[in-house]
Amino acid sequence: MTQSKPNLEHPTFKIVKDSLPASRFRATEFRGQSTLIVEPADLHRVMSFLKSDPRCAYDFLSDVIGVDYLGYPAPMPGRFAVIYNLVSSSRDDRFFVKVFLDPSKPTEGTEQDPALVIDSVTDLWPGAEWTEREVFDMFGIRFNNHPDLRRILTWESFPAHPLRKDYPVRGRGEREHYRIVDRTSS
Amino acid sequence: MSYTLRPDETFGVDVESTGYLAEHVDTGDRWVLNFGPQHPATHTTLRLVLELDGERVARCTPHIGYLHSGFEKLAEVLDYNQYVTIVSRMNYLSPVSNDICWHHCVEKLFGIDITPRCKVLRTIMAEMGRIQDHLLCIGAAALDMGAFTGFLYGFNPRETIYDIVDYISGQRFHPDWTRVGGLMKDLPDEETFKRMVKNFLRNDLSVAIKDIENLLNRNRIFLDRTVGIGKMTMEEANAWSITGPLARSTGIRRDLRKDAPYLCYADNWDGQGAEAVKFKVPISTDGDVFARYQVRCEEVKQSMSIIEQLIDNIPQGPIDTFADSKMVKPKKSEVYGSIEGLIQHFELIMTNRGWQPPIAECYGAHETANGELGYFIVSDGGPRPWRVKTRPPSFINYSIMAKLTEGHQLADVPAILGSLNIVAAELDR
Repeated sequence: MTQSKPNLEHPTFKIVKDSLPASRFRATEFRGQSTLIVEPADLHRVMSFLKSDPRCAYDFLSDVIGVDYLGYPAPMPGRFAVIYNLVSSSRDDRFFVKVFLDPSKPTEGTEQDPALVIDSVTDLWPGAEWTEREVFDMFGIRFNNHPDLRRILTWESFPAHPLRKDYPVRGRGEREHYRIVDRTSS
Repeated sequence: MSYTLRPDETFGVDVESTGYLAEHVDTGDRWVLNFGPQHPATHTTLRLVLELDGERVARCTPHIGYLHSGFEKLAEVLDYNQYVTIVSRMNYLSPVSNDICWHHCVEKLFGIDITPRCKVLRTIMAEMGRIQDHLLCIGAAALDMGAFTGFLYGFNPRETIYDIVDYISGQRFHPDWTRVGGLMKDLPDEETFKRMVKNFLRNDLSVAIKDIENLLNRNRIFLDRTVGIGKMTMEEANAWSITGPLARSTGIRRDLRKDAPYLCYADNWDGQGAEAVKFKVPISTDGDVFARYQVRCEEVKQSMSIIEQLIDNIPQGPIDTFADSKMVKPKKSEVYGSIEGLIQHFELIMTNRGWQPPIAECYGAHETANGELGYFIVSDGGPRPWRVKTRPPSFINYSIMAKLTEGHQLADVPAILGSLNIVAAELDR
């Protein structure tokens, strides 16, 4: 299928570019959905600007999405991406902000990687708490200043971040080797 | 065993200085109660760790993940038609709405326009899904407060919806009814379908809704248990990403059917200038458990009116988009009767062939019974998605649970939990 050229006419692109001249941005669009790609260090500043600036007024954070691009056919600026799905309820407008991260350590286990850390937006939207926890649980991306960064869907001692592409669909036998607690020992 | 008892000061609620706790004499011995994972009032498998002061909830920590079964990982090995079977198992109270939303997102990625007949049928069934979900929530809310009759009033018409779903798809509970660019199959018999739907609306549902309202709306016990309980303000709902009836019960005017119209909620849905279906979005400003109940009751009535507008105006024509778009599976008669149909069938079914969507990312969302249900699809150009992220309304709505329960009595916890309408399969995926 042929790919059409992205239409980068969304007014928010220009507003952000003019108001934050020190930061580097990239932009993309597909089927009317505009995505702003920001550097990890700028993320919190950009999000706070998008929320407070009256021309943007993205007051509603719909979702936080993690993606792993290991082996993706198209070239990507980094291996992991975190995507923020923003909505402006006054203008009925949906806008995406994306951050790319590259790991500096092996990703098979749960080793803490200083390269996979970004700032949390829970101070702007408390509702991001659980969605960020899910991204941490599934991809091992940590969030600075998060009030309660624990695993949410898998258990605390789970030895991997399961939605990474180097984790097999059938698992690595966690279920078979899980410690059995019987009634006498508990 | 020690628990990290959260939330703490960052959530803006200081438990120590909250009014209702101050009235209570602190005996100095708070105790921890495990609510769930197996408990009749949790509906499904979820767990709350409650730190109680007498009968007041001082802190509440939800623990989820008991039903986590890797649905999003499975999306990476199933193709765009197969994944619909997983999607219906997320919110199993209104599976058909999930099917419709999933294929809406896939069609948006592929750039397919579905036929007017398909749009009308999908709209009717999406509203059926909303009715199905709301009836369970209303009924179970009454059940949690001891009114077993209300539960049965809600459950009887749900059976009739299952019959209709069974009739159109062959499966009662998990219809898996949609396909890329169309539906699994056309209606077996249009007149029978219309008769079943009309009979359901006019005889079953209208009576049931009247019965439920007569039973609960002015019921002293129900009012005492729900009014002023689990209050949420408009600002809180917005900050916590709450959508659906929960948000609308606080006064937020937000409904994707109006804000980002799709299917028959958009004008000119048939390409010939048809008007969008007319309906109102019920809003309440109280934000408590009773307001949520009221909003849901009103939404059921609006759904009835939407179905009434459409049921007699189902357009004729094909159910699938044109087969030469290379995106839609051909009919069985074409597969067995023509070489082109056979080739097209194999092109889509063979594991090394299949769809060739653009290499792109796409988000689509529908307003389902619980709120904004969306799918974020990352496609690598192959027949299977690279990554699918669900935006599960239950999961995001549930994150405010801890805040809503703090300071309330233990007996209010099931009432609040019921009013959030949590479906654990969608919560944990």
